[in-house]
Amino acid sequence: MATLYDYAHARTGDKGNRVNISVIAHQAKHFDALVRELTPERVAALFAARRPSHVERYLLPKLAAMNFVIDDVLDGGVNDSLNLDMHGKSLSFHLLSLPIHIED
Amino acid sequence: MTPAPISIGCGAGFSGDRTDAAAPVVRTLIRRGGPAALIFETLAERTLATAQLARRADPERGYEPLLDLALTPVLGDCLQHGITIVGNFGAANPPAAARRIVGLARELGLRRPRVAVVSGDDLSGPAHRELLRDCLGGTLDEARFVCANAYQGAFEIAAAIRAGADVVVTGRVADPALTLGPALAHFGWQADDWNALAGATMAGHLLECGAQVTGGYFADPGVKDVPGMDDVGFPIAEIAFDGSCIVTKADGSGGLVDARTVKEQLLYEIHDPAAYFTPDVVADFSQAEVTELGPDCVRLSGVIGHPRTATLKTNVFFDGGWFGEGEISYAGPNAERRARLAMDIMRKRCGADMALRFDLIGLCSILGDDAGALMGALPAGLLEAPNRASDSSPSPIPNLRLPDARLPDVRLRVAGKHERVELIDRLLRELTALWTGGPAGGGGVRVAKRQRLSMRSCLVPREHAPAAFAFID
Repeated sequence: MATLYDYAHARTGDKGNRVNISVIAHQAKHFDALVRELTPERVAALFAARRPSHVERYLLPKLAAMNFVIDDVLDGGVNDSLNLDMHGKSLSFHLLSLPIHIED
Repeated sequence: MTPAPISIGCGAGFSGDRTDAAAPVVRTLIRRGGPAALIFETLAERTLATAQLARRADPERGYEPLLDLALTPVLGDCLQHGITIVGNFGAANPPAAARRIVGLARELGLRRPRVAVVSGDDLSGPAHRELLRDCLGGTLDEARFVCANAYQGAFEIAAAIRAGADVVVTGRVADPALTLGPALAHFGWQADDWNALAGATMAGHLLECGAQVTGGYFADPGVKDVPGMDDVGFPIAEIAFDGSCIVTKADGSGGLVDARTVKEQLLYEIHDPAAYFTPDVVADFSQAEVTELGPDCVRLSGVIGHPRTATLKTNVFFDGGWFGEGEISYAGPNAERRARLAMDIMRKRCGADMALRFDLIGLCSILGDDAGALMGALPAGLLEAPNRASDSSPSPIPNLRLPDARLPDVRLRVAGKHERVELIDRLLRELTALWTGGPAGGGGVRVAKRQRLSMRSCLVPREHAPAAFAFID
């Protein structure tokens, strides 16, 4: 089964109790398909256990990239979280594990 | 005639960054020639509040602890070659940092540098308390208040450089302002040259995390390979008069600058790419272009800018009690069951004092929440029923069905927070007592505690937090 990891790379940033995860297509030709497949709803479902209050997606077609902003998934953020990864830096690779199907 | 570009290098991307990173950047700036500056970004959100506490304990502290180690290798070369140093390493005490830099230059036998201090960010004093209360929506816990700092912009940094500063020391400024400041001083842009201000701001954003644009936080063997990761070169941005920039790195170093590293860092800690708010400009890079010009050489162009807003983001910190955590390891046959027994002991002895978080490192840690619920998308069939009947009590962490169903190496982590340090101390003693009173073969106990700082952010009208600069005597 193919995953997002086969088609894109990603990076997490954090501000307070909010993370953003950029998703950047390895090849620009896959960008449109990624936009179709990788909806904010799917991302929200992937992080459902952390109860995100909102997921927003921004598109950057000239960079074949998109930016997901996910609110309230850091258990309070860097100052409050009891999680080992209080910044959520590893979450980008969790997103990349999402199964995805793209016709080549 | 269009003015020559300015090259701005980055010497540190966080407090505690490598202290041997700046020297190769400075050597490269000297070799390439032309106007140049070196920035140090050492002030994460929490770092400043910690520094405020350090200043209270000692009025001559509260600035970047690694200041001497960071500047010693480069101060002489920068002074000799006219490379301006700009750093937010002043943290909670920029005047003390500035005095230390003058003292360091003397100890190194260098000429006395002209050191400027930018002030106006610190709103911690009683005079600002009512203002903060208003900006926070009417509530402010006076008893727990620690400090408040507004994000200042680039204009006072630029003014200090134009007045002849060799080194500019700031407290809280927007990270990209460290780069925009020297660019602004060099080009003399107008206060409403929005596109140029926005372009240089995004150049600063690419630089501000040091190695994160040159292969750090990026390397993924076999997928995103980066050469020379043990010697990653720190970045240099050559900024043009129109605000566009070319990102490279220190000559002869390891690491990588390509379209992928630049795109990842461009979006790092970003919300809306069409509206990146800083004190100086609202940058829009939603239509920006990233172009590989050659090996380790990437151009960013097409950033546009919109007028700055009337407010400054301000972080307000409060005493948040204490945090404690500890770990113990179990190995070999039945390691997972013994780790789960240790978890059960901890829950029964300390669970009434505070909410505890457990991780079984090697089984489930980062991807679990405090209640042990795993985030989705595990391969089918990996998850077993939540608890085995043979376990002595319900476990919050699901059992994973792994090859051979036995993990040979499991590390239990326990974490908690509480107002009272005595209860955190007790939690850590209880964990330590697993040496002798816990399951068989438990080893490698480590415990740690720290003061917690809770943060609230608000927007303060600019006129209430004017910035200024002054040269240190």
